[in-house]
Amino acid sequence: MTDITQAPPRRRIRWSVLLDHAILIFGSLFMLLPLLVVFQMTTMPDVEVIKNGPQLKLGGELGPNFDKAMYKASGFSGLNTGTRMLYNSFVLGIGFAVGKIVLGMMAAYALVYFRLRFATLAFWLIFTTLLLPLEVRILPSYEVVQKMGMLNSFNGLIIPLIASATATFFFRQYFRSIPEELVEAARIDGAGPVKFFIDILVPLSKTMIAAMFIIMFVFGWNQYLWPTMITTDEDMYTLVRGIKQITQDLEGTNIPEYGRANLLALIAILPPVLIVIFFQNWFVKGLTESDK
Amino acid sequence: MKRAGFTTRWLPILLLLPQLLIIFVFFYWPAGHALHSSFFLQDPFGFGSTFVGLDNYRDLAGNKEYMRIARFTLLFTLLVTFFSLAFALLLAVKADNVLRGAKTYRTLLMWVYAIAPPVAGFIGLIMFDQSWGPLTRFLQSIGWDFTLGVNFRDTATAMVIVSVWKQVPVNFIFFLSGLQSIPRSVREAAMIDNRSAAGRFWDVTFPLLAPTGFFLLITNITYSLFETFGTIDVLVKGEPGNNPMTLVYKVYVDGFRGNDLGGSSAQSVVLMVLVLALTIFQFRLVERRIHYT
Repeated sequence: MTDITQAPPRRRIRWSVLLDHAILIFGSLFMLLPLLVVFQMTTMPDVEVIKNGPQLKLGGELGPNFDKAMYKASGFSGLNTGTRMLYNSFVLGIGFAVGKIVLGMMAAYALVYFRLRFATLAFWLIFTTLLLPLEVRILPSYEVVQKMGMLNSFNGLIIPLIASATATFFFRQYFRSIPEELVEAARIDGAGPVKFFIDILVPLSKTMIAAMFIIMFVFGWNQYLWPTMITTDEDMYTLVRGIKQITQDLEGTNIPEYGRANLLALIAILPPVLIVIFFQNWFVKGLTESDK
Repeated sequence: MKRAGFTTRWLPILLLLPQLLIIFVFFYWPAGHALHSSFFLQDPFGFGSTFVGLDNYRDLAGNKEYMRIARFTLLFTLLVTFFSLAFALLLAVKADNVLRGAKTYRTLLMWVYAIAPPVAGFIGLIMFDQSWGPLTRFLQSIGWDFTLGVNFRDTATAMVIVSVWKQVPVNFIFFLSGLQSIPRSVREAAMIDNRSAAGRFWDVTFPLLAPTGFFLLITNITYSLFETFGTIDVLVKGEPGNNPMTLVYKVYVDGFRGNDLGGSSAQSVVLMVLVLALTIFQFRLVERRIHYT
């Protein structure tokens, strides 16, 4: 390819390359600048933020603002501190991802590797759930959780969210791409279904599990509407669910605590963003493969 | 499904059971319930309900406010889908072009994927703050007196911008991986045939990207309809008032706050039908896509 790109006169190429970079830099700034603004504000004293808004310098208030964000509660109960919300977010993200992967792998294994009479029926029952997002059945789902007494609990928060088949679909596709000879060889060697699953299939799917975990963790962490309805006790708030209250806190008070609010927003952003950046290759692979 | 599988009887049932159980309790039951209660008029104080047939749906069709929101949702969806696809496609083509720093650009352009929609809404509130928001200041400097949360059109603009900002990365990732999967031989052939980069793009790259584009089109419509809820809720600070809202937000406002369960269920069913149509459309496209590549 390099031969061909060098064929036309050099000057023209250089200008178009510059333009490409200019567009990419503009795009990157469009993505990044809002976050830098939010970050700058966490380093300033609140009084100055109210007076001048975001500026081009860094202040020294990051430490005190961090203390306020992590250990000070804003609600009536005094329970929704940053640490508490951070903990809840992690429970939701990890619980959701693990639950989804475990259930998905089990169901996909049953669908792909066993001869079942009602396999087709089970398949359709499971995959119909892909058709309707939680948002369109939010109220009746809420009522079910309420009837079961699971409001304000991690079970009520996590389990209904798992009731969709994305992970099952993904693992089914993946299992089907594994050569059939493998299961035959395992059977000849005398491995039963449980041994095959644990000793061969799970180790083989490691990368896929990692990719799924990243996507599902981010998805679970970022849930908003469902937690808003299910968790009304302040000690059950996740960071993302709490963001509205954080916003409303900026309204009524004399000196809105922008430092605290912005820092909490940053903390809500950081874990999923870091995971996505560090495990970029797995994440991109998982994302683009799973939706095919 | 001609796979040589295990013949154990109880194990697969045991493996499927948890998933099926959760799906029945938290999917089929609520979905059926929504369909059922859309035909009833609920007593606001919880004393039973009466069968009203299709009245809830007729009310919706005749409701001016609902139709106004439906129209706004359509416009909002069109704008968000168009801008986030176009912007992402431009960036993906450029990121695929450059040799230096390609990986850095990829990282810089995709990380926003991980930001939750309501947090994106919060960042929007900061950027569009009335007295010192950088974007408000910028718009004022070009003569647009931007007032978020007061002026209907300004609020809608902010909603679109924040939603696009949040959606560009996903589209970018898919477009880039679509571009990278175009075989080198095809690119080289195109290079020889067509000297102009723009011509190459429209004649070769764009048609080869079309399957990814179709898939993303549906994904983006679904995103604009449903996932923007958090963004909107935070941008209007939880007080819809006269602010623009989407259909999903209306379901939430009517059912959860207004206690109009029947009407809200009918709205849910309308959305269900909409999503079903989109998904079936998407599945058919996915089938076509296999023939493409």
